[in-house]
Amino acid sequence: MSETVSSRAQPGADLQVANRPGRTVVSRRLWVWQLLLALLTIGVWSWAARDQQWAFFLGQPEAVLIRIVEWFMPVTVEPTAWLPSGIHGTGEIYVHLSVTLLETVLAFVIGTSLGLVAGLWLALSPLTSALLDPYIKALNSMPRVILAPIFGLWFGLGIWSKVALAVTLVFFVVFFNVYQGIREVSPVILANARMLGANASNLLKTVYLPSATSWVFSSLHSSVGLAFVGAVVGEYLGSARGVGYLILQAEGTFDVNTVFAGIVVLTVCALLLDSVVGRLERRLMRWQPQVR
Amino acid sequence: MSFALELDHITCEFASNSGGDAVYTAVKDATLQIRSGEFVSVVGPTGCGKSTLLNVAAGLLKPSLGEVRVFGTPLQGLNKRAGYMFQTEALLPWRTALENVLLGLEYRGVSKPEATSQAMDWLSKVGLSKFAHSYIHQLSGGMRKRVALAQTLVLNPDIILMDEPFSALDIQTRQLMENEVLEIWSRQRKAVLFITHDLDEAIAMSDRVIVLSAGPATHPIGEFEIGLARPRNVAEIRHDRDYTRLHEQIWEVLRDEVLKSYQQLSHPLSLEALSHE
Repeated sequence: MSETVSSRAQPGADLQVANRPGRTVVSRRLWVWQLLLALLTIGVWSWAARDQQWAFFLGQPEAVLIRIVEWFMPVTVEPTAWLPSGIHGTGEIYVHLSVTLLETVLAFVIGTSLGLVAGLWLALSPLTSALLDPYIKALNSMPRVILAPIFGLWFGLGIWSKVALAVTLVFFVVFFNVYQGIREVSPVILANARMLGANASNLLKTVYLPSATSWVFSSLHSSVGLAFVGAVVGEYLGSARGVGYLILQAEGTFDVNTVFAGIVVLTVCALLLDSVVGRLERRLMRWQPQVR
Repeated sequence: MSFALELDHITCEFASNSGGDAVYTAVKDATLQIRSGEFVSVVGPTGCGKSTLLNVAAGLLKPSLGEVRVFGTPLQGLNKRAGYMFQTEALLPWRTALENVLLGLEYRGVSKPEATSQAMDWLSKVGLSKFAHSYIHQLSGGMRKRVALAQTLVLNPDIILMDEPFSALDIQTRQLMENEVLEIWSRQRKAVLFITHDLDEAIAMSDRVIVLSAGPATHPIGEFEIGLARPRNVAEIRHDRDYTRLHEQIWEVLRDEVLKSYQQLSHPLSLEALSHE
């Protein structure tokens, strides 16, 4: 009989292997096209920026690149023939970037934990959820960025007002996902666990929490982005440090290149954070069939 | 004669989906008894409330009227002496086959090494030792049923409740599983209440077949002793002359009920019957 079993397992395994090569070929070609698209966009941008007036509004890709290099490299390069502006490296980005990332990570962790706990609690307690339902809907539909001044008042201009703002963004995404996820745990799985002798805490530990975790992960990609948005917007509205603060300063002097440099740095960081989440997800969610 | 499981004049009523005070009676005045070590199958048309009866026996559902007795003791809450094998997927997808099998032992506070060794033991009994560390989505339908079987039996229940456990499997896998269940059952005779809509399966496996009427107000309308010799092979026994005779007799009773239940499919009430199942 074990032979029957192993022969049954084969088709699935073959299918997976067979799927892979085709996909890789497509994505390799796609990668080249994507790079070409980026180069084309930057080329057009650079060409348009040769006009002084356009450059004032659009910035110049070269100048944006130099500004990013200056931020990261604490060295000075004298002006030369091919680099008329020279590089005045300050290395000032590190302090700002670390503040922004710290806010993001704190908001992400706090928001996700609160969302998870609240989601679990409300999903398992129908009475509380019925009681709080209209208020949760109201809080969710409120434009929460408008809370920033209040958080500034409560928590000062340091990192905590930004963390608080970002938490309000992250919380609801995770909360709704967990709430929905818990309520949709298969009744058969629950009945089975109960028949196997699970008490309430067993159910929480072996059924509800793992089930909620999978829903948390499906929301993590959007919530890590929102944590970042919250942190930067918070900085932008009032702060003394952070990438949002750098952008605000540059905007005050109409320094479009620095604004773009800030945007590029933020985008790259967001992508990196997202890939960290993706990696964590793949490790913790090994039990799920690969969809991609 | 003492019974392992007795359903005594069970009636199950549900609030009707159409609202108001309307009541839908899924099961009415159903009585059935299972001796310890006896393999009893319950057959009936689709949507007749077979699963309702099983849920009552498991203690997952409290009957509106009547009493369930487990080895003579009235049932309060869940039936702790019973193992339940569900029709649909009930395994935890975030656990491996091994972790799923030892779930019940874990709930009972059995130490990790002890639970692991017992679970491995059962996995090898169902022929899945090699797949102990596979996640559920990596297993085929038949393998999942084997894991579910091991998960139920590792706790050594005195009563085994099975709700059309193999209905989703292809016919070959299904016969394989049926023979396997019979093999395991013959080693440690437990009381089995086996729900199915497949008369072949019921006769091939059981000591006794109980036929239920079409819903609503389902109740047993016929009972047949299956005197076929054991051990049986479910694929071969179908050619046995006694088997054919029994099949004819039981089908005679079942056919009218199946027809009734088909006629009701065009009636709104039967949709409710399905949703209560």
